[in-house]
Amino acid sequence: MAKHNTPLLDELESGPWPSFVSDIKQEADVRAKNEKGIDFQIPSEACDDLLGLLELSYKDGTTHWKHGGIVGVFGYGGGIIGRYSDKPKEFPAVAAFHTIRVSQPGAKYYTTEFLRQLMDLWQLRGSGLTNMHGSTGDIVLLGTTTPQLEEIFYTLTHDMDQDLGGSGSNLRTPADCIGQSRCEYACYDTQEICYFLTMMYQDELHRPAFPYKFKFKFDGCPNCCVASIARSDLSFIGTWRDQIGIDQAEVAKYIDGTNPANAGAHKGRDWGAFDLDAEVLNLCPTECMKYEDGKLTINDKECTRCMHCINVMPKALKIGKQRGVSLLAGAKAPIVDGAQMGSLIVPFLEIDQTMNKQLADFESEEEWMEYLEEKYAGVVEVIESIWDYWMEEGKNRERLGELMIRQGLQKLLEKIGMEPQAVHVDHPRTNPYIFWKEDEVPGGWDRDINEYRKHHAR
Amino acid sequence: MAFISSGYNPEKPMEGRITDIGPKHYDQFYPEIIKKNKGKWSHHEILEPGILVHVAENGDEVFTVRCGGARLMSASHIQEICDIADKHCDGKLRFTTRNNIEFMTDSKDKMLALKADLAQRKFDGGSYKFPIGGTGAGITNIVHTQGWVHCHTPATDASGTVKATMDEVFSDFQDMRLPAKLRISMACCLNMCGAVHCSDIAILGYHRKPPILDHEYLDKVCEVPLAVAACPTAAIKPSKVELANGETVKSVAVKNERCMYCGNCYTMCPSMPLSDAEGDGIVLMAGGKVSNRISAPKFSKVVVAFLPNEMPRWPTMTHAIKKMIEEYAKGARKYERFGDWTDRIGWERFFDVCELDFTHHLIDDFRDAAYQSWRQTSQFKF
Ligand code: HEM
Ligand code: HEM
Ligand code: HEM
Ligand code: HEM
Ligand code: SF4
Ligand code: SF4
Ligand code: SF4
Ligand code: SF4
Repeated sequence: MAKHNTPLLDELESGPWPSFVSDIKQEADVRAKNEKGIDFQIPSEACDDLLGLLELSYKDGTTHWKHGGIVGVFGYGGGIIGRYSDKPKEFPAVAAFHTIRVSQPGAKYYTTEFLRQLMDLWQLRGSGLTNMHGSTGDIVLLGTTTPQLEEIFYTLTHDMDQDLGGSGSNLRTPADCIGQSRCEYACYDTQEICYFLTMMYQDELHRPAFPYKFKFKFDGCPNCCVASIARSDLSFIGTWRDQIGIDQAEVAKYIDGTNPANAGAHKGRDWGAFDLDAEVLNLCPTECMKYEDGKLTINDKECTRCMHCINVMPKALKIGKQRGVSLLAGAKAPIVDGAQMGSLIVPFLEIDQTMNKQLADFESEEEWMEYLEEKYAGVVEVIESIWDYWMEEGKNRERLGELMIRQGLQKLLEKIGMEPQAVHVDHPRTNPYIFWKEDEVPGGWDRDINEYRKHHAR
Repeated sequence: MAFISSGYNPEKPMEGRITDIGPKHYDQFYPEIIKKNKGKWSHHEILEPGILVHVAENGDEVFTVRCGGARLMSASHIQEICDIADKHCDGKLRFTTRNNIEFMTDSKDKMLALKADLAQRKFDGGSYKFPIGGTGAGITNIVHTQGWVHCHTPATDASGTVKATMDEVFSDFQDMRLPAKLRISMACCLNMCGAVHCSDIAILGYHRKPPILDHEYLDKVCEVPLAVAACPTAAIKPSKVELANGETVKSVAVKNERCMYCGNCYTMCPSMPLSDAEGDGIVLMAGGKVSNRISAPKFSKVVVAFLPNEMPRWPTMTHAIKKMIEEYAKGARKYERFGDWTDRIGWERFFDVCELDFTHHLIDDFRDAAYQSWRQTSQFKF
């Protein structure tokens, strides 16, 4: 029998989409029956009381949570979000309901062994409710009490070889797309670099030392499945600088309808026969493709690598072989002055395709990390010069993107040692009030009025 | 309940302490077929909604079944996911960026057995546990934030608005009839933890009333300078206030017309709550994208300034969303994303066909972006 009546929430149990209400009830039931005989370390009625509290919010249209104050684990500045309810008497089992961010594995692959171990821990020491996953990417364990935090951290680190994620003014848990592990479009190993940088910057992740939060995200190609360009201070987007591979026989199979366009993504409607002109050539943003005498050609010099043609004909067209990443900086959500998209700062950093040794090829993880430090030296240099700049010039709670607006893109480019190029802009400036540096103007700015007057009457 | 120690000794927190170890290495978690073919994938095909096959250069195939899930998930549900993965997928699985669950197998037969197993699992309340879909030119899972389940500044609930919306658009989760993929995101206050600002359609919780000031307690529980500094629009200043009992206390004053209801002050100071049943509700945005495909990534634009919270199913909101999707499905060309469609037909036409009111709230963006949003050509549509 449910502890609280929840008529409004009950209406969210019907309909086809998985109901979070049914799921919370399921966990409430498991805790009430406790068939596994768990010695619950937080009140067993946590799920019931969460439903009760949530029903109240549905009734009166406002939240019943308060900001959490300072809770955390010793020595870490993030990873725990404190949370207290403003109805502790009515719903005592969720009076304190802190969340724990657990650093997610690359591309969110799991073994059931790991998940079961984590869930056993969480049923014992928390509400048994989670978010799979939080928006940054972490596993979010939803709801426990202060005394359990160190215990959970201890079990995670000692028994599961697993750390917390980031929160606060520090490096947030980096996240990656599925990449080369299952995507033919990936121009680099997103899991490898994501793991490498996460490990390299553990200190920055756990101990806030930045003006504000900082995020890395890794997209294997310009399709941007993890949305790095919109939501990471430093966005890594895979790309190439040679030619798109073309298999003419497969192109023909798209034209005659044997191969489904766009890998079958449009099967739900009859769009008519495949039309190479309309669907590919004319939609190419740079109009750099031609189809003549049964042969498709691409003027790769003009191609901006938007991925459209490759997405439409994945069997026929392949990403190039000289691969690397483009780095874009400064993306953020609107708060405060407006949303920012990542802006291109490093057009192309080549990633050595011959350096493909894996962890298993080394004696220890340390040796592998050293190898990766060499492989990604260029990336590390850019990251660290950006951080130096931001930590020196950034105001408190100023995201990198805001600093870039305040001081200009030139400043950032100068700090990372990048010569400004036409690819850095959408268009050149429209306003000619250029601030010259004195040393750029022959003779400098110190002039002699008397010298001037020799040639110009007063 | 007796306290069970994990081994941690509060007297000596540093004893044997392990820190800075990061996540587990991904290698341990890859399915065998993934490990074997990493970096050697040739192409893929969506066989039907929710079912993908990826083919490696050597001909190996991996079949993926993609299922939706509420991102608020119980341990019991995750244990059931594990049971399924143990039964069909050698104990491996993954989650996608948009909170879908992916089960992978190395043969078509295994995939078919898996599919049949998943399709019949339902919650007691009747909803699917593992609806299959979310691929190609359709609608996939909604990424969202905490809402009333766990945050102190939401202007609406996240899980509920998402469930209500996904129920309404469910047929498009299991179909691929749209001109291109359509991404919906949800964030429960303007802080947008979920970064919804580049979605084809975004649902955003929004407050409309400045904070209430609990003068009597404010100085006792908050640092006034911190509260003042918290405000991004500099709407808060220190002030002295005379209480009903004649006592004068230190507090703050809020310049209401400067407030954009972000709740940062409440984050800093519990004596400045701002949620309000009448004030709070939903903003709808549309036309954003993150992919670089064909056109550049773009921000979503506000298309509905406010809708009241209608618990538990937000019918006015889901109706507006549904209408936008239908008009897009009807009007857009193959491969055209929502925002490319609105750019082509013009926003004036968009409001027309979607039967949305263009109100004065939608003009004049915040700060610098305002000027860029005005029309600077004599070209427009009647
Ligand atoms: C001043 C602005 C912001 C404030 C005051 C704020 C506050 C918060 C709070 C209180 C939470 C905890 C919610 C909970 O109880 O679990 C949270 C979560 C989070 N925040 Fe923010 N936030 C802000 C801006 C942002 C922005 C701009 C982003 C991303 C670009 C972001 C990303 C996140 C993420 C990913 C989470 C985890 C939420 C989830 O997955 O549900 N936050 N934020
Ligand atoms: C300008 C004022 C403040 C703002 C805008 C602010 C914003 C935030 C944000 C965005 C989060 C979300 C967690 C995250 O994802 O990082 C958060 C969490 C948190 N805040 Fe604040 N905060 C402020 C002041 C404070 C103060 C003064 C305290 C303590 C007295 C505090 C304590 C916490 C704690 C304990 C958490 C959760 C733990 C953590 O993130 O490590 N905050 N806050
Ligand atoms: C602060 C900025 C500017 C200053 C100080 C400035 C100053 C002047 C001066 C002193 C003259 C010449 C007067 C004369 O001897 O006949 C002039 C002419 C002119 N300016 Fe500007 N000007 C500025 C900006 C602009 C801008 C932004 C535009 C156009 C977008 C503009 C368009 C013109 C035109 C069309 C003429 C007439 C040229 C001609 O007929 O030969 N000016 N301006
Ligand atoms: C920032 C300061 C100034 C700006 C931006 C400015 C701009 C201009 C512009 C745009 C014109 C019209 C050009 C045209 O249409 O041909 C102009 C003309 C002129 N300005 Fe200025 N001006 C400035 C200061 C001054 C000052 C301080 C003086 C004199 C003390 C001055 C004297 C004149 C004269 C005499 C003309 C020509 C008027 C005419 O031919 O009708 N200007 N100025
Ligand atoms: S971003 Fe590109 S490489 Fe990564 S999963 Fe998406 S399509 Fe594949
Ligand atoms: S990737 Fe884009 S720009 Fe390049 S050829 Fe293909 S469609 Fe054209
Ligand atoms: S979007 Fe706002 S209300 Fe929602 S979780 Fe983030 S801070 Fe809280
Ligand atoms: S809600 Fe935001 S804008 Fe309004 S007073 Fe508070 S901090 Fe300032």
